[in-house]
Amino acid sequence: MEFLAFLTRRVLWSVLVLFGLSIVIFTIARIVPGDPARMALGPRASADQVAALQQTLGLDRPMWEQYGLFLTGLSQGDLGRSLLTAQSVNVDIARTFPATFELVLCTILLAFILGVPLGVAAARWKDRWPDNLVRALAIFSAVTPTFFLALLLQILAGYVLNILPTTGRLPASMSFNADVTGLLLIDSLIRGRLDVFGEAIRHLILPVIALGAATMGQIARITRASMIDVSRQDYIEAARAFGVPDRLRMFKYMLRPAFVPPLTITGLEFASLIGNAFVVELIFSWPGMASYGIRAITQKDLNAIMGVVMVSGAFFVLVNLLIDVLVGVVDPRVRIRGKRA
Amino acid sequence: MSLGTEQEALSNAWQNWFRFSRNPTAVIGAIIVITGVMLAILAPYITPYPDHVGAVVDFRNRHQPPSADHWFGTDNVGRDIFTRVIFGLRISLLLAVVVLSIAIPVGVILGLLAGYFGGWVEVVIMRITDIALAIPPLVMALAVAAVLSPSLVNSMLAISLLWWTWHTRLIYSITRQLRTQEFVEAAETLGASKAHILFREILPNCVSAIAVKTSLDAGFVILIGAALSFLGLGIQPPTPDLGTMVAQGASFLPDYWWQSVLPGSAILILALGFNLLGDGLRDLFDVEDVR
Repeated sequence: MEFLAFLTRRVLWSVLVLFGLSIVIFTIARIVPGDPARMALGPRASADQVAALQQTLGLDRPMWEQYGLFLTGLSQGDLGRSLLTAQSVNVDIARTFPATFELVLCTILLAFILGVPLGVAAARWKDRWPDNLVRALAIFSAVTPTFFLALLLQILAGYVLNILPTTGRLPASMSFNADVTGLLLIDSLIRGRLDVFGEAIRHLILPVIALGAATMGQIARITRASMIDVSRQDYIEAARAFGVPDRLRMFKYMLRPAFVPPLTITGLEFASLIGNAFVVELIFSWPGMASYGIRAITQKDLNAIMGVVMVSGAFFVLVNLLIDVLVGVVDPRVRIRGKRA
Repeated sequence: MSLGTEQEALSNAWQNWFRFSRNPTAVIGAIIVITGVMLAILAPYITPYPDHVGAVVDFRNRHQPPSADHWFGTDNVGRDIFTRVIFGLRISLLLAVVVLSIAIPVGVILGLLAGYFGGWVEVVIMRITDIALAIPPLVMALAVAAVLSPSLVNSMLAISLLWWTWHTRLIYSITRQLRTQEFVEAAETLGASKAHILFREILPNCVSAIAVKTSLDAGFVILIGAALSFLGLGIQPPTPDLGTMVAQGASFLPDYWWQSVLPGSAILILALGFNLLGDGLRDLFDVEDVR
């Protein structure tokens, strides 16, 4: 019951954030110098054509009415039509989103699976070589530009060593229609195509490393700091005094409370992860939302840009909601306080 | 001021310097940052081919590997990459300075107001901050830079538009802790104005946190600016920009590796310098929660 109240609060709050986000995006799209209809049709269109497009897009109505239309559309999950192709933005995003989702999901999972043990090891052997290694890794992964790391990986593993594919999700020779979830790793298993599964993994390796290195470094750093923090608590001292074995103390009593800060950090870092996914997708020719977004941006396709920013923001809000719930599960105290530490 | 306090201040500064100089990462960071800034300022006087910053073409010398004449080699039209990297530092540093001098005052003032006044001021400011945090900075910067044509000023604007949020969160949490401290209550009892309390009592206690955050931030602003110009949305050619140089050199990988690897390494080292310096300052000032 108490958990349900906590959950309701978080969901309501997420809806509020999405509402605010829609205002921000709408404002930015409408303070653009120049007329979106004119931009879409180009300089050679006649005044009548521009006026006609303005009317179909509702650009001739008052601003608050335009926002009302935008919001009504959003609440029904409709992002409008592309100004250039007249195609529904929903369809385009639904087509490109799974690739991005698969990339980001694999990145986060891997960053956690590697980052947490690294952080625990660094805390366990504080000021010895594992600690120094992890700290150096955290700093260098944070300051290496993502696009630079992506290029270096592509050159080293792709061209020099020639061991991994450097573009796309699957080899061009392989045809596979991911029509269940859109995620290749899951759909290929459902259809029993192990060859597709293997190739999908091979294609994921480089983009995931390029995108995830910084996040993994941060997770390791925060895990280390919070493990050290927890190890100074009285109950851990007491456990040590009672002779609770090292391993049991580390994994049962320390890791659980120490697990909350890395979770919280991942939620906040997720925004920059989505941003960097754009760069990584571009370099590895990943057919995701980024390639669609970049094209929309260079062509000044306002509705498509708004759609991409809105979906990215919503993705961020949803992931943070999920993380809040996870934190509530790991650390029951949060449910009462209502806020993350 | 009496002699005693002057000596005290002196020995404090001396102690700080001593602690700072014993922290190798901080010293390395400071050296990198100072060297980078000096190189950028003196760029026209120390670079071997200062005229190569423009649209100069020297096809006889194109794609030259690093040598005594061209330390970092030459690019696809024969320009000296070392010269262009040094001039590129100027753009990166300028971006960091402009973005932070917009984001920090805005973020700090909002954080002070939200933290001190509480109530609806706090609710409004912090909720807006939370919403702004939900927008991926790079995606937002892409959208803004694209909607208003790509240029250096627009990418500065685009990054500043979201960057203040982190400072607001930081100053908000510090101010909330300070609000109930005795020295603030004393000032209130004495009838000090709100402005005095905010800027003369609370703000000085935030300075060390702001310093740490600024140094760490400078590195991250440089990285995000480089990503924008890598995507072609920063300052336009022929002005040398590190991110643009990596993008242009990328089409000549791996044969002419120096064209993108060396400018990319310059970004990395500059960001590393600010990061190490920030880490060092954090240890020095003992402000643990600043990231």
